[in-house]
Amino acid sequence: MSAVDLIDGWADVGTLADIPRLGARIVTSTIGNIAVFRTAADELFALEDRCPHKGGPLSQGIVHGTGVSCPLHNWLIDLKTGEACAPDHGCAKTIELRRDGDRILLRVPRG
Amino acid sequence: MNMLTPRKQRLVLVGNGMAGMRTVEEILARAPGRFEITVFGAEPHVNYNRIMLSPVLAGEKCFDEIVINDRAWYEANDVELIAGEKIVAVDRDARQVHGANGTVRPYDVLLLATGSNPFVIPVPGVNLPGVVTFRDMADVDAMLAASRTHRHAVVIGGGLLGLEAANGLALNGMDVTVVHLMPTLMERQLDVAAGTLLAGDLERRGIKVLTAANTKALLGEDRVRAVQLADGTELPADLVVMAVGIRPNGELGKAIGLTTNRGIVVDDGMCTSDPAIYAIGECVEHRGLTYGLVAPLWDMAKVCADRITATAESGYAGTVTGTRLKVTGIDMFSAGNIAGGEDCDDIVLRDPARGVYKRLILKGDLLVGVVLYGEASEGNWYFQLLKDATPIGGLRDNLIFGQAFALGGGAAADPGAAVKAMADDAEICGCNGVCKGKIVTAIAAQGLTTLDAVRAHTKASASCGSCTPLVEQILALSLGDGYQQSTAAKPMCKCTTHPHEEVRARILADGLKSIPAVMRALDWTTPDGCSSCRPALNFYLLTAWPGDYVDDAQSRFINERAHANIQKDGTFSVVPRMWGGVTSAKELRAIADVVDKFAIPEVKVTGGQRIDLLGVKKEDLPAVWADLNAAGMVSGHAYGKALRTVKTCVGSEWCRFGTQDSTGMGVALERMTWGSMHPHKVKLAVSGCPRNCAEATIKDFGVIAVDSGWELHIGGNGGIKLRGTDFLCKVTTDAEVLEYCGAFLELYRQEARYLERTAPWVERVGLDYVKRHIVEDAAGRAKLYAAFLHAQTFAQTDPWAERVAEDAASRHEYRPMAEMAAAP
Repeated sequence: MSAVDLIDGWADVGTLADIPRLGARIVTSTIGNIAVFRTAADELFALEDRCPHKGGPLSQGIVHGTGVSCPLHNWLIDLKTGEACAPDHGCAKTIELRRDGDRILLRVPRG
Repeated sequence: MNMLTPRKQRLVLVGNGMAGMRTVEEILARAPGRFEITVFGAEPHVNYNRIMLSPVLAGEKCFDEIVINDRAWYEANDVELIAGEKIVAVDRDARQVHGANGTVRPYDVLLLATGSNPFVIPVPGVNLPGVVTFRDMADVDAMLAASRTHRHAVVIGGGLLGLEAANGLALNGMDVTVVHLMPTLMERQLDVAAGTLLAGDLERRGIKVLTAANTKALLGEDRVRAVQLADGTELPADLVVMAVGIRPNGELGKAIGLTTNRGIVVDDGMCTSDPAIYAIGECVEHRGLTYGLVAPLWDMAKVCADRITATAESGYAGTVTGTRLKVTGIDMFSAGNIAGGEDCDDIVLRDPARGVYKRLILKGDLLVGVVLYGEASEGNWYFQLLKDATPIGGLRDNLIFGQAFALGGGAAADPGAAVKAMADDAEICGCNGVCKGKIVTAIAAQGLTTLDAVRAHTKASASCGSCTPLVEQILALSLGDGYQQSTAAKPMCKCTTHPHEEVRARILADGLKSIPAVMRALDWTTPDGCSSCRPALNFYLLTAWPGDYVDDAQSRFINERAHANIQKDGTFSVVPRMWGGVTSAKELRAIADVVDKFAIPEVKVTGGQRIDLLGVKKEDLPAVWADLNAAGMVSGHAYGKALRTVKTCVGSEWCRFGTQDSTGMGVALERMTWGSMHPHKVKLAVSGCPRNCAEATIKDFGVIAVDSGWELHIGGNGGIKLRGTDFLCKVTTDAEVLEYCGAFLELYRQEARYLERTAPWVERVGLDYVKRHIVEDAAGRAKLYAAFLHAQTFAQTDPWAERVAEDAASRHEYRPMAEMAAAP
């Protein structure tokens, strides 16, 4: 697969249909893997693919509601904020995501 | 010697057992350095915990684990140990003891702790080889040796010691008969009702019990061959264990002229008729009583140490004793006066279905006796009420239901006392390293009131769960009346009010075939469940409607979705199936090529006789599988709540001890069961002879070959909580092994809760329940077996090959969606 180009810092990474409902896909980037999640209601969220607990790949977890359970130790991470649900503490970085029709665009922070 | 330093007092202890050594420890605690101490022991060992010999015989502990004071302890405390030398004489005038090997030691204070001797009934043949008692480590060694080479054991004596011996010998594979003179077992501790339940439980473990049986003679020429009873019955016996009782060993005391009766007579200060000589433990007679249990020893040791060091004028007033049988899985407790009498009242609870019997004996307002069988967790509380002579008063109405109920609300008292007494830094949860203090602090600081909340905040009991009762007790202690333990059937998870069983029943009754259908029909409170209920529902649908349900990959844990095990760094491990643990040069070559081609960092042999390839990148998985498939290998399902492995020994094809082709049987079982999904992982093993090299007795379904067929064992595991299997039954043909196995697995997966392994499931439903369905009900067994085979027609497709065959687009799970270039 060839690298996608950036337009104004935004990258077109694919379409809604590329991601299974209640699932996730990853996008590789210079800041590490980014997980793009799709909920049952077809909402989309992007987080860095690292659980704040032990760095587990959140993209491999079970998605439910607007959360994902980490596959390593079952921490529940809020997809909207990246925050671990209380009483656990920690935050996975959120990545800006925007939809242009069927396309999904991501913007990775600089530096 | 320096004239200014007073000479240390010399203390000689005769008897390196529990009573004497506990006294020495108590003396060292009260007056360190005051005595020059010498200990003589007739046994060639350091001091060990004699009451733990039963677990040693049963194979649950080894000798090192029951040592109380090792040699380093004697050295560190400057105590001279002369082990293996018996004291033969004491010169009371010169105050010297003389050992059998000529050792002489002077004393200022002499302490006799010579214990007791097993009572051997005076019948012909008691001196034959093969006749042993059950008193010390040498006896245990003799029994273990006999169990390796002989088949039939007879234990004479159905008391505490005899039954523990019988259980240990049975666990070592011997055919055991208990011969007991009285009409019921343990008649000094148990009444007729409880004794009868006990006999039933032992018989279910394969131990034969003969009561009201009088031994007349032991027969044999070079070795014991049979036990002859008074009615003429002959019981075959290669080993006879005499366990009819003990007698205080007061011989030395008597020989040196101390006052003795049944034992060495002592006063309330544990002093004998010679003021320089004290005596303690099972060798003494105090106020006309002798003792054979451990609790009195501890009481005596305190008094004796007080007196010898002159630190307190304490007195021993006798000990009320309570008894538990150290047979794993048999729960009983007995204390006090169990005979009752005209001036006593009995409160009795019987639940025959659960095998529970509880009887409390009251005299006026006091509890004077307790017999608990089948459920004895309240024993400590009753015992405390009995020892303290606590007036029962208003507790009487609910006394039989136990402490929590009787006191109302489970307020802290004795069962919690052990937890209460724990130091704050005592570790409660070993998985997550959580100590008591942390839990107590979290409960107070965060206002936690439920087990789930404690788990969430502290992680205590959140992993394996084996410390859950402790955590609940800490909650109860911290909250007092505020904590109410839930007893109702628990809901599956927070998304529903329905327990597992109810959900499964509705899936069948309402014909529900997909997760959304279940959630709609049962009013799930969340739109799409959670990571706890969704995998369970997917599994319940799979078992209810094989071939006809809607599988939801997104409701499977990543390992089952990706057909590989996720590792801590996000890479995966791959385990190809090796039928029965058998591989070939071709397979090994293919594996080696895969390792090289994909630069797989680690190759490891697993406990289930497979090869594990660790550190495979997710995007490489399909290519790795394609290469393994090409060499004829399929998925080993090491990632699934599924049939994992069938471990085998080489069996009669190669082994000089093998009685059947265990490898062939293992391959056949694995061919039948591979691909099947279960509530949790399932492991099988087949051993070719009772030496059991394949460790079949810690497997979910274990098969052990014997000369005349196959023994089937169920419900074992080596996991969080080690559990040996229960013996299910013996079968004669290979076809029967397959049928019983398939039926057992089908029953398990249809009825156990998701994530419940066979071991806790068997404990929950009971071995009898499984036997009723698998052994006794031939038609039911055939039906279960047919259901298993039917489900297998849908399950036995290699998931690796399926993914390999998919076109690249449907394999997207394994590839990134896109690669983003660096920002300009």
